Amino acid sequence: MNPALQALFVIVIGVGGCVGYFYLSNLFLDKVLFPARGPNAGRNINRANMIRPWLFLFPALVLLAAYLAYPVFATAWLSLHGKTGNFVGFANYASMASEPKFWESMRNNMLWLIVVPALSTAFGLLAAQLSDRIRWGSVAKSLIFMPMAISFVGASVIWKLIYDTRPEGQAQIGLLNALWLQFDGGIGSILLLKLLPALFLLSLIAAFAYAGWLVARPLVTAPRRETALVMAGRALGVALVIFLVWELVTWLAGLFTGTMPYGKPQTWLTIPYWNSYFLMIVLVWIQTGFAMVILSAALRGVPEDTVEAAIIDGANPFQIFFQIKVPQIMSTIVVVWTTITIVVLKVFDIVLAMTNGQWETQVLANYMYDKLFRSLDWGVGSASAMVIMLLVTPILIWNVYNARKEMR
Amino acid sequence: MDNIAGKKSALVWAVHLSTALLVALWVLPTFGLLMSSFRTGDQISASGWWRSLMTQESQLPAIRIAGEEKPADGGYVIDGNLFDGAGAAISHWGTSSKAPEAYAAGDTATLNDGVTLTVQADGAYALKSPASMADMRMPRVFVTAATPPDFTFDNYTNVLFSPLAGQTIGQAFLNTLTVSIPATVIPILIAAFAAYALAWMEFPGRALLVAVVVGLLVVPLQLALIPLLQLHNQLGIGKSYLGIWMAHTGFGLPLAIYLLRNYMAGLPRDIIENARVDGATDFQIFVKIILPLSFPALASFAIFQFLWTWNDLLVALVFLGTGNDQQVLTGNLVNLMGSRGGDWEILSASAFVSIAVPLVVFFAMQKYLVRGLLAGSVK
Repeated sequence: MNPALQALFVIVIGVGGCVGYFYLSNLFLDKVLFPARGPNAGRNINRANMIRPWLFLFPALVLLAAYLAYPVFATAWLSLHGKTGNFVGFANYASMASEPKFWESMRNNMLWLIVVPALSTAFGLLAAQLSDRIRWGSVAKSLIFMPMAISFVGASVIWKLIYDTRPEGQAQIGLLNALWLQFDGGIGSILLLKLLPALFLLSLIAAFAYAGWLVARPLVTAPRRETALVMAGRALGVALVIFLVWELVTWLAGLFTGTMPYGKPQTWLTIPYWNSYFLMIVLVWIQTGFAMVILSAALRGVPEDTVEAAIIDGANPFQIFFQIKVPQIMSTIVVVWTTITIVVLKVFDIVLAMTNGQWETQVLANYMYDKLFRSLDWGVGSASAMVIMLLVTPILIWNVYNARKEMR
Repeated sequence: MDNIAGKKSALVWAVHLSTALLVALWVLPTFGLLMSSFRTGDQISASGWWRSLMTQESQLPAIRIAGEEKPADGGYVIDGNLFDGAGAAISHWGTSSKAPEAYAAGDTATLNDGVTLTVQADGAYALKSPASMADMRMPRVFVTAATPPDFTFDNYTNVLFSPLAGQTIGQAFLNTLTVSIPATVIPILIAAFAAYALAWMEFPGRALLVAVVVGLLVVPLQLALIPLLQLHNQLGIGKSYLGIWMAHTGFGLPLAIYLLRNYMAGLPRDIIENARVDGATDFQIFVKIILPLSFPALASFAIFQFLWTWNDLLVALVFLGTGNDQQVLTGNLVNLMGSRGGDWEILSASAFVSIAVPLVVFFAMQKYLVRGLLAGSVK
């Protein structure tokens, strides 16, 4: 049968089946099993109402259990068993840990986990704040939001054209190389590629250091007033900031000690370490729109009187933004950050399509796909899937905790 | 909002400029690929897409002269136009790849055996010879010409209607449609009932179930691949459309239930209680009151799920297989990137075939998408 026809058939069967199931099962409950008539009418109605929720929930629960809950346990089981189904304990994890490719994926994933949410949120916040103040803001928003609709694979094609490289002497058709060839090592290059980035990095380092100090200050000045959980969060934040500052300082050092291959077209995706960043840019490009939409709604929800009070007190626009608005939307920023973090943990398509994990760009999800479907090593593949699950778990707990708090 | 009456911010121009810069940065990559998809392969490799809107001077691929010879003043002549009137302006030309710019427009070059070739700026040429040229190997002409902007739909007709071996974008388009429509419709229905039960029915364990749904929201679907493939094989579904519909339904349910429950829980209690007092059953309340009122939430989830299933690669690779007739657009595109990575005319047109539908859905239903996003993440 033609798949298109089959699809139509499935829609009719599926929708008809669902409606039929819900309608008939309710009918059966009300008319046959516990009719609201006769001597036991009252009891029957109560009983029917006790059962009805489960009728409504039944298909969803079955699917959730089969497609999401069961696989978690099945994967855990698989990760502890060998190829023939024999129990091997943590041997799969051990062999995974002995592979340099796994540690490369872990390292890259950590980098992705820091860079992508941070940049997406920062750009999203910037775009939201800017576009809310101008008349054509909604058009601007809609254009920045657009990559959201483009598949990761489509985005990879789009960016691959930007990173495209032709041999020396031919016309460069990749935008990045065309720009790169404009620099010849002269005064303009030093100004634009050394001094400007250095200034930018310095200000970024200063900003991070300040943010780190803000986070760390309560630990130093008044350590007893906070719960252990908050303090642990602060310590984590400080560690993150120290890592970022260290990374940026090494960049800054590299900027001045390293020599740049001016005038030569670069194959951007094969430069180790930096190629990961070129891949990350693709995801940042996609996710910024998401961050912008949510943060813009949050910014508009900031009470106006707090802003007016700040203006009357003589605050400048930057102070208003960083000291009045951002603290008030902190909870939304956290939500955006965690949502993007989850996306990053599962990132697979971009790496598969652009480099397939070569040149040290491997990430966990693609490593897992490699193991499962290319090496057909289900044990190690499942073990790496469990690592992804483990990394998601803190967010899972945090989400459930918040949802429970809200329900009360 | 930041300005109290009458006080105009001095930053307003900076805001306009930086927004424009940001928008340009975000649109440019897509725009570049779009432009490329309307250029021929030669044009794409001859110059960057950003030059395609301008008249540009470039060296064109060699053109071999062909045509019927005519007798003329004591010899033979072949004349014609190199461009068929495409409007290019030749500045230099040559007859060998070693010296492609040997002559200026209007010059006459002397070839072997007394043959002469004249090429004019508009591409008109005249090849003259004292003897018949019937058996002669025709010379090739290398021209450097300024060509006006030139766009073509050929790439699209090629990838859609006359696929080369291994390229089946048209089939992949149908496959993607076949995957994504049932995978969008079915979960909505199942989730709507479940969401109603979780929002408006009293039963023990309700709070726990909501928490479970929230927890499942972030479970990475990578975990599910192998166990589910085994399960499908045991059930006899194997790699088939039924399998991928089920998989997408399962993976989409947590978000669907979560979004719809949040929305339904916010509906006014009075309406539902009035209906109950009037003797409506839960089924009637759901179909006649809740469903119509929840339309915005249903629409926003439908868009999410549609974009997600249309753009998905992993689930399709695993549950539908990688054969040529089972491929979806994303899978096809990844294959193309591997096998024909340098053929940007094919790659860009294929990419836009796969991007077009989500983009149309996105721009048409943006309102609902934004609403859904906000319901899903802002507390």
